[in-house]
Amino acid sequence: MTKRYPVLHVENLTMHYLTRKGEVKAVENVSFSLDKGEALGLVGESGCGKTSVALTLLRLLPENARFLGGHVYFFRDSTDEAHARRAVGKPVKILLDGQEHQGRLLEATRSHLVLDASANGRREQLRLNRQDVARLGVDLTALSDEEMRPIRWKGISMIFQAAMNSLNPVYKVGDQIIEALQTHLPISVPEARERVAELFQLVGLDRQLMDRYPHEYSGGMKQRAVIAMALACEPDMIIADEPTTALDVIVQDKILREMRQIQKKLNMSMIYISHDIAVIAEVADKVGVMYGGGLVEFGPSDAIFKNPIHPYTKALMSAFPSIKGEKVKLAALPGEPPDLIKPPSGCRFHPRCPFATEICEREVPEFREHKPSQYAACWNPLSKGDR
Amino acid sequence: MITVALQTQTRTETLVRVEHLRKLFPLRTGVFARARSFIHAVDDVSFEIKRGEIFGLIGESGCGKTTTGSLLVRLLDPTSGHIYMRVPSHPETNSQEEQYVDIATLEGRALKEFRRNVQMIFQDPYESLNPRMTVFDIVAEPLGIHGIGNVYEREERVAELLSLVGLTPPESFLFRYPHELSGGQRQRVAIARAMILNPSFIVADEPTSMLDVSIRTGVMNLMLDLREEFGISYLYITHDLAVARYMCDRIAVMYLGKIVELGPTEEVIQNPLHPYTRALISAVPIPDPAVERQPIEIKGGVSKPIDPPPRCRFYDRCPIATERCAQSDHPPLEDKGRGHFVACYEI
Ligand SMILES: Nc1ncnc2c1ncn2[C@@H]1O[C@H](COP(=O)(O)OP(=O)(O)OP(=O)(O)O)[C@@H](O)[C@H]1O
Ligand SMILES: Nc1ncnc2c1ncn2[C@@H]1O[C@H](COP(=O)(O)OP(=O)(O)O)[C@@H](O)[C@H]1O
Ligand code: SF4
Ligand code: SF4
Ligand SMILES: [Mg+2]
Ligand SMILES: [Mg+2]
Repeated sequence: MTKRYPVLHVENLTMHYLTRKGEVKAVENVSFSLDKGEALGLVGESGCGKTSVALTLLRLLPENARFLGGHVYFFRDSTDEAHARRAVGKPVKILLDGQEHQGRLLEATRSHLVLDASANGRREQLRLNRQDVARLGVDLTALSDEEMRPIRWKGISMIFQAAMNSLNPVYKVGDQIIEALQTHLPISVPEARERVAELFQLVGLDRQLMDRYPHEYSGGMKQRAVIAMALACEPDMIIADEPTTALDVIVQDKILREMRQIQKKLNMSMIYISHDIAVIAEVADKVGVMYGGGLVEFGPSDAIFKNPIHPYTKALMSAFPSIKGEKVKLAALPGEPPDLIKPPSGCRFHPRCPFATEICEREVPEFREHKPSQYAACWNPLSKGDR
Repeated sequence: MITVALQTQTRTETLVRVEHLRKLFPLRTGVFARARSFIHAVDDVSFEIKRGEIFGLIGESGCGKTTTGSLLVRLLDPTSGHIYMRVPSHPETNSQEEQYVDIATLEGRALKEFRRNVQMIFQDPYESLNPRMTVFDIVAEPLGIHGIGNVYEREERVAELLSLVGLTPPESFLFRYPHELSGGQRQRVAIARAMILNPSFIVADEPTSMLDVSIRTGVMNLMLDLREEFGISYLYITHDLAVARYMCDRIAVMYLGKIVELGPTEEVIQNPLHPYTRALISAVPIPDPAVERQPIEIKGGVSKPIDPPPRCRFYDRCPIATERCAQSDHPPLEDKGRGHFVACYEI
């Protein structure tokens, strides 16, 4: 067995928005995991809940959002002092010798982690040697806002959808990143300047551009600056929401390749959010397909592209034209994506699914492993014969 | 039903012929200042569109696609050049007789008659439909403008069109407002409106780029079906090469107001010759992780074509530029065989 090095375990995440028209069931029971150095591509049509998943796990929700349950375990090395301190009293997962322990962390001393692992009426306390423990995951949903703040830049940083348009037009781009750095790290102005210059180099921007204003930047340059900002505090992971959607194809390609290189070089984890399955195919090691607020399929990119299990995954792929391969008539899906205020009963895809049977309308299919590491929520998973 | 084979069938009769079309936009420094500089949005562009053909204009943002499309339906007036189009000689009757007119010069009544024959579909179905009009009013409006039919006839015709574009049953859509429709349904309404006067030519400007994938395919297939059924020609504008490959018989690649390459779609995409087209196509992501691409590097950034120097527009970014390119005018489009045209001295 290869050694796993988890960064994120998301379990049964559920979040709704309250609106005047009703409750928007935007994130329903979403589960996935990500290892260090891995890139996950979250793909789905607009309004299916991709951005909402990111906002929920980073706890950046608007006023009208209701977090309804789930866990987000964020892992770091167990030797990280601040991380361990933050985890005391919280639900945690501990990875030791390839085994996963779960419970509440009672104490973190120099040498030991004490875990209350009681379950199913059985009382159990574990005293684990910190040197032996590989990874400690703390449930972000249990943290206070105060405890969450350092995680947002140094742990998981986010590139928001259309972030390049949110650069402040009246400040020089370099100064905006310097300010962000100084808010989160104890660092002097000259040090911060030096760091920003390094970051500019990393994302392929000329260092002279630090002293220019956003309007002097092209779209691609702005997006690079936004990426530099996300990298500023050396996070373990970046979530990039539609990072290249507004860009022309040549610039998109360059930026995606650069992001991929940086990710490899720094051994960072990434979540790319995109509605474009071709972009996901290029950058992702793992793919999560969302439909109507739920994750319908999740697994290794190669496997999902070659042998999708979920009918929606297959439909999404056969709706995309390509400039390579044989030219085929694309199959259009009937109907429209669901209204998340009144989503269809059972499987939310059933009104449009060519494989729907009677049970699909009645019961929500369980999200489970159908093939090694390939998960899907479907009563009638596709086998090779259906393709 | 459409078949892919039909798309590659050669179509022979020329419906539109564009010759040396130019559109310059003055850059004013103040309200009263005289323009000293011009954006050369469309700069000496020539091409032909056959009857029943889908002709694609592709290229990056700002290269002049929308401007070209707007000129062809006379939403904009050209600075110079000609747009010859076949239009019915007697539009009031059912006579099949046609004449070839230069629509660049049309005015008054003749311009209005011409507008019966051409329509434009816009990118954003949220902006292009009047929010205070019902679907019926929107689709029937061109009939009113041209004084065609009475109320009953119009309602019948609108219902017919709604069924045609897949908004069924039509009764349940007739009196809805745009905000009560999804993006895909709105774009179908826009297509129904564009189709209602039986146009022979439609300019479709990124008609599906705002739509979701599962909806987009339906709208693209609808436009292909309409072409098969009614022999309509389209100028199909898109920045998405995969969409262009799916929709278009021939494509022209634009760069800063110029057509740099033109030919049968499959030929241009599988065998691009111009250094810009090669870079562009090599950058298109492929929806299959098993495919490895070899991107061709070119220097960054498209600028605006403001008073461009007379040499090749691609010179500053071109990886194979020579002294000759620096000294000469922008290269002319040359036939490299099989209807594949390229504007480059080094190819
Ligand atoms: N009304 C106008 N006044 C001044 N400049 C204009 C006007 N319309 C377009 N331009 C300029 O002309 C050039 C071509 O614009 P056009 O809208 O035709 O590009 P496009 O290829 O359709 O781009 P996109 O892919 O972004 O839609 C651009 O440089 C643009 O800024
Ligand atoms: N602040 C909000 N208030 C109410 N509804 C919202 C809000 N943000 C998003 N939604 C709704 O939640 C659903 C998921 O949205 P989102 O996560 O933005 O989707 P995606 O990123 O996949 O396009 C949609 O139905 C959207 O309209
Ligand atoms: S559960 Fe049923 S309706 Fe849903 S995707 Fe599977 S087969 Fe289709
Ligand atoms: S003419 Fe010269 S500069 Fe222009 S594309 Fe060809 S080689 Fe490059
Ligand atoms: Mg989003
Ligand atoms: Mg345009």
